[in-house]
Amino acid sequence: MSVPATPEGFEQPESFAFDADSQAAIETIVKRYPPGKQASAVIPLLYVVQRQMKRQTGSAWVPNKGMDAVAERLGMPPIRVYEVATFYFMFNMKPIGKFHLQVCGTTPCWLRGSDDVTRACKDAGHVPGFGQTSADGLFTMTEVECLGGCVNAPILQVDDDYYEDMDYESTVKLIEALKRGERPAPGSVIGRQASAPVGGPLALTDVPGE
Amino acid sequence: MAKVTVDGIEVEVPNGVSVLQACEAAGKEIPRFCYHERLSVAGNCRMCLVEVEKAPKPIASCAYPVADGMKVFTDSPMVRNGRRGVMEFLLINHPLDCPICDQGGECDLQDQAMAYGLDHSRYKEEKRAVKDKYLGPLVKPIMTRCIQCTRCVRFATEVAGVPELGATNRGENMEITTYVEKALTTELSGNLIDICPVGALTSRPYAFVSRPWELRKTDSIDVVDAVGTNIRIDARAGEVLRMLPRTNDDVNEEWMADRGRFSFDGLKRRRLDRPWLRKDGRLQPVSWGEAFAAVAARMKGVPGERIGAVAGPLADAEAIVALRDLMGALGSRNLECRTDGAAIDASRRDFYTFNTGIAGIEEADALLIIGSNPRTEAPVLNARIRKRVVAGHFPIGLVGPRGLDLTYGHDWLGEGGITLRSLAEGNHRFNEVLRAAKKPMLILGRGALARADGQAVLAAAWKIAAENNMLQADWHGFNLLHLFGGEVAALDLGFTGGSAEGLDVLWLLGAEPKRIPDGAFVIYQGHHGEAAAGRADVILPGAAYTEKDATWVNTEGRVQRGRLAVYPPGEAREDWKILRAVSELLGKRLPYDDLDAVRARLAEVNPVFAGAGFAPHGCADVAGPAGDPAAVADAPFVPALANYWQADVISRASPTMAECAKVYGAPAARLAAE
Repeated sequence: MSVPATPEGFEQPESFAFDADSQAAIETIVKRYPPGKQASAVIPLLYVVQRQMKRQTGSAWVPNKGMDAVAERLGMPPIRVYEVATFYFMFNMKPIGKFHLQVCGTTPCWLRGSDDVTRACKDAGHVPGFGQTSADGLFTMTEVECLGGCVNAPILQVDDDYYEDMDYESTVKLIEALKRGERPAPGSVIGRQASAPVGGPLALTDVPGE
Repeated sequence: MAKVTVDGIEVEVPNGVSVLQACEAAGKEIPRFCYHERLSVAGNCRMCLVEVEKAPKPIASCAYPVADGMKVFTDSPMVRNGRRGVMEFLLINHPLDCPICDQGGECDLQDQAMAYGLDHSRYKEEKRAVKDKYLGPLVKPIMTRCIQCTRCVRFATEVAGVPELGATNRGENMEITTYVEKALTTELSGNLIDICPVGALTSRPYAFVSRPWELRKTDSIDVVDAVGTNIRIDARAGEVLRMLPRTNDDVNEEWMADRGRFSFDGLKRRRLDRPWLRKDGRLQPVSWGEAFAAVAARMKGVPGERIGAVAGPLADAEAIVALRDLMGALGSRNLECRTDGAAIDASRRDFYTFNTGIAGIEEADALLIIGSNPRTEAPVLNARIRKRVVAGHFPIGLVGPRGLDLTYGHDWLGEGGITLRSLAEGNHRFNEVLRAAKKPMLILGRGALARADGQAVLAAAWKIAAENNMLQADWHGFNLLHLFGGEVAALDLGFTGGSAEGLDVLWLLGAEPKRIPDGAFVIYQGHHGEAAAGRADVILPGAAYTEKDATWVNTEGRVQRGRLAVYPPGEAREDWKILRAVSELLGKRLPYDDLDAVRARLAEVNPVFAGAGFAPHGCADVAGPAGDPAAVADAPFVPALANYWQADVISRASPTMAECAKVYGAPAARLAAE
């Protein structure tokens, strides 16, 4: 069985208008494209809508009226915007929790223990399952496809931030911190630098002459 | 030109055509779902796989251009295997509910599954189910059957010009939808049913009505608009069940307007199916004999000049010529066919026809629309204009209501008379555009002539044509757009002239004149009765366009023949036969006893009826119709059809059209709402 094309069970806002921050962002984005090719800006503009919703309502999602606003701004038929927005899972077509926990479940992350991360999200965040939101409205958990951070697997993406080298304990810790209103620094939680080898350099350690 | 060998047959095709087209040129049929000649190429169904020599994999022939010396195999083991695989994938999520599917028996998927389908399914998992959408009162979607060929999306976007359909979500969850629940705002939605290769988009009025092999198919002509769409009437047991377009590249390509396609259920309702006679102030059912006797008794001794006849917008040429001859025999010259009051000059044929031709629109390079909304007055013709617009470099100016949605962009020049006068004087900015064009054309709406200054409007439009390069020896850019299928035939037969005043007897052939003289004896002959029939003293039940062999002339002046699909209901008869019978009682026997003789008479009255069809022509004489172009009043032009869905007697009796009118509202109201 498939999901309905139009998500249901919640209220769409009656109107949507870009605020000043969004307007400024749109100005810069649209300028990147040559005249007549403004429709190319549809994806960045959908992000603008999603971020504005996060600012205004605390939930990062794209309402129908928001897509209509993008269509009008770019001079394209609304259905073309709906097509793009529903194609990419980065756009939430219904309201989500305050924090969006995006667990990468693709093979490298899965091999490195993404199931533990999922379990930790369920336990600590009280999220019943993928695509669902905790009762307190704080967390929505989604399973996403490869986030492109396989060297630091497993990855948990919270909103726009990557938390890397996760395991059960560090995930619980991160979620508890989020609950307290803290925002731990993104990146590797085991303290390695970027994607450098765990435990320090392994090659080119004996530079002759030193 | 490229030489291509298809299964050993050598064909020469133009460079740039697809392999599929080359295969067709060689007479090989390629199965396809997403490919459609009149739509852009999508290449997503993969059913048209063929093998090309030296290509490592089978290729989708619809999206692959030919190359010189290419060797194509359409029936090799690789091709058959590939197509079988594609078919298996297409059937994974297809419900195979053919026994309850309306497409059954005329389904591309069903047919091709006979050739490439497996006898059993290897797919044991759950199939997907898709929630049905709402696309309006005409198209019934059963989206679980959809194989996502996207023909409907491309049709709506490219041909109909209403980009409201799209494919949302992705992969297994992909769905064809409008996303937000709404009826498709197009007058061409019925074509979605035709182009859908499976049973995902079917006809709502035709749902569960019949199977294609039960139907008797009759070729005919659609007359509820003036395009003259070629249609096929499907009937069973004396009842019309549906109408489909036939392909005619010169007229309708393969499209059909919704009112033509769906209004026929009005033919079964509110029919005049027996003669009526007013006795003691009330209409009472009588026999033919009694009705004829009453007509003969009343008309006896009435001088010709006190008899008049009016032909309605849906009258066929045979009936019109019979009525004309009967009036002539009675000595009457009081004939009228312009019931809408349009000031049409019938003295020359190019004053009242669409001279450019519908196919000719594609050659034009500038267009001026005056007082017309082609989208509602002739949706199929509008699709042709849109096709020309999509081809590029086609400036369009509109004199008429502001903010009209024609499905293509246009330059709104002004609302009415002031703009028209300026264009006629040649000092409007759009004159420059017209003068720069090689083949400019204008479309004058019939509605623009149905006003007090109609004659001046006609003269002004002709002046614009004459002075802006539209009238050339091999190009005729002056076009009058009529509204209904019977209007041009009446003009061709000279059904104009005389007076409407001081009449004792008025014969109405399906006509609703604006005013009927008090005290006149009114004979109403037609298939549906409205106000005029209520006023009539005698009602003679006639046949509708599906119920007679008849000649129709479309707005181009193209003579076409419709055929009888079902017999008229009750005691109704073909109209020329009624007139022939009356003539005998009046002692003025019309000299024809069969259809061939009537048609011979038609050709005698106007030679255009001798041959069928339409010949593109230039303008030999630039002298215009009578009228003073400067006398055009300032009043704005209003659209001729206030309500597209209920514009004629048949559609006003149709429940389907009533539903459409309710859902879509009048176009003007819709415009305001948007």
